[in-house]
Amino acid sequence: MNSLRALLLIVRRSLREHALSTTVTVVSAALASGLVMAVFAVAAQSRAAFAGGPVGFDAVLGARGSATQLVLNTVFHLETSPGNIPWSLYKEVREDRTVELAIPYAVGDNYRGLRIVGTTPEIFTKFEYVKGQKFEFVGYGEPFDADLRQAVVGSEAARISGLKRGDVFQPSHGVPVSGNAQNPDGNGVQHDERYVVTGVLKPTNSPSDRVIWIPIEGIFRMGGHVLRGTGENFEAQAGAVIPDEHKEVSAVMLKFKSPIHGRRMEDLINRQGKVATLAWPIANVVAQLFERLGWVNRILELVAYLVVLVAGGGLLSSIYNTMNERRREFAILRALGARRRTVFSAIVLEAMTISVLGSLLGYLVYGTIMAVAAAIIRERTGVVLDTFEWHPALVQTPLAMLAVGAIAGIFPARKAYATDVASTLSRNL
Amino acid sequence: MDLLHVENLIKDYVSPDGEVQRVLEIANFSLAAGEQVALRGSSGSGKTTFLHIVAGILAADRGSVRFDGEEIVDLNESQRDQYRARELGYVFQSFHLLGAYSALENVIFGGAFGSGGDPAFAEDLLVTLGLEHRLKHRPHQLSIGQQQRVALARALAGRPRMVLADEPTGNLDPTAAVEALELLRGLCRNQGAALLLVSHDPAVLGAFDRQEDFAVLNQASRGVTP
Repeated sequence: MNSLRALLLIVRRSLREHALSTTVTVVSAALASGLVMAVFAVAAQSRAAFAGGPVGFDAVLGARGSATQLVLNTVFHLETSPGNIPWSLYKEVREDRTVELAIPYAVGDNYRGLRIVGTTPEIFTKFEYVKGQKFEFVGYGEPFDADLRQAVVGSEAARISGLKRGDVFQPSHGVPVSGNAQNPDGNGVQHDERYVVTGVLKPTNSPSDRVIWIPIEGIFRMGGHVLRGTGENFEAQAGAVIPDEHKEVSAVMLKFKSPIHGRRMEDLINRQGKVATLAWPIANVVAQLFERLGWVNRILELVAYLVVLVAGGGLLSSIYNTMNERRREFAILRALGARRRTVFSAIVLEAMTISVLGSLLGYLVYGTIMAVAAAIIRERTGVVLDTFEWHPALVQTPLAMLAVGAIAGIFPARKAYATDVASTLSRNL
Repeated sequence: MDLLHVENLIKDYVSPDGEVQRVLEIANFSLAAGEQVALRGSSGSGKTTFLHIVAGILAADRGSVRFDGEEIVDLNESQRDQYRARELGYVFQSFHLLGAYSALENVIFGGAFGSGGDPAFAEDLLVTLGLEHRLKHRPHQLSIGQQQRVALARALAGRPRMVLADEPTGNLDPTAAVEALELLRGLCRNQGAALLLVSHDPAVLGAFDRQEDFAVLNQASRGVTP
């Protein structure tokens, strides 16, 4: 056994001899490490998922007001609709030479807290949520018929509600505002209309998975719904055609022939017009939202750093407190020929070992936090986070913990370094 | 040529009130390779300080301590650590075994910082001393006599050229003391190591051909002060 192996034996034995404090310190280091990694990873992945996730549209046209609310309401199916815009506006942008695809959304109902969106079958036949990728059905599912009371259920909505192809359900009035399926907003009055599920969609890992899609005509004709396209109340009558001037939609989802066309449309709608708002580009709107919420993330980061500091302090004190009882051990080792730097290294190595063990266990903590966070975010928004997605923090944090361990180990190591062999041995005769 | 040669060695201590107190003043002392010498001395006579200086644990204030021709007094602390690890074995009065380690690990540590611990040799030593069934026992699980034998094995584990023993039988009963002494002397003889032993036990001292009265050797203990 050479000096290095002796060093490792000293470290290993000390960790075992002080098993309780070692365990507590390792766990606190693991919590710190896991928390820091999770804070950074959740923030980065959330931002990436919300700002750059599978949206498929370039812009959202909606009622005059907040672009952020418009995007939250139509892309992420959160919050309430800021209001409606007339059907004529939808027709107008649909015919615009720069617009490749315009799909109307009408919201206001739910089924067991899951948002119901009235739209056109183009959402299944033309819309690509990522380039080249349209919604796909599970098994023999198919789009709804625009003139029938039929519905298509997103994958997550199907999981939560239990709806499957052929099932019949009755929508209720109101929309869930915070993504909480258990507490939808609105009066909860169940409509008389019954809808048949024609298909369940395959997962897209996007908020669309939490949506139940029905024909937009169904929203217009739902019992109790009032259309104010002309400014006056209008209720659809069974069997009668609804004149276009009475129709209104919550929003129109737009895909331009070229993304650059959004600027012209934005100028047209936001600067010259007064009745609507164009949220464009969608990713920028979300990014601005994240910028505004950046302070929350910074506070979380600060808390995580403080936890690391506390863990480092705990590590320091747990080793420092053993120094008095170990002074005799160091004196004996020195008497056997161990150099000062050997005992110094033993203590620093011990602290670093605790950090390494903590960091390794930290991955478990990280995985747990990520799994819980991902489940909550998926439940609330439909956005899916990947626990195993790479983030620099997954390497930087353990390295930082190692550095904290080494620094924390220096203080007790200096005490071991300064052990006076002769006097210590004499005192322990 | 002497293995150890001490000349005009002086060590002073400064008391808390600032008074300089000479504890060691040795004009001349030498030990040949493989020789076994006993120093007779009472408690507080400075013999442990002498052994610590010879071992390089303490630095001398003045004088010369040469080991195999090399001046120990001129070495820095790290070099003295290396000298101690490579050349010396040390048996302490209270054994000073490491409580967290097994008997075998304690012995391995005896050679770990010099030429490198040899587990097989460490085990052989313990087997030779009749501790083959106690290899994994910790010190508190051993009798006093067994602890003493572990301490002896540890002192020899690095194949030293000189063993320093400070009252090595002080905690043993007379029978065990004689037995331990024989083991120590036998091991040193077998390895060709010189032995410098300090004791005040006549039974122990009587076993050595060469005895030195430390009170005579150390002029400071005779009232010769600076």
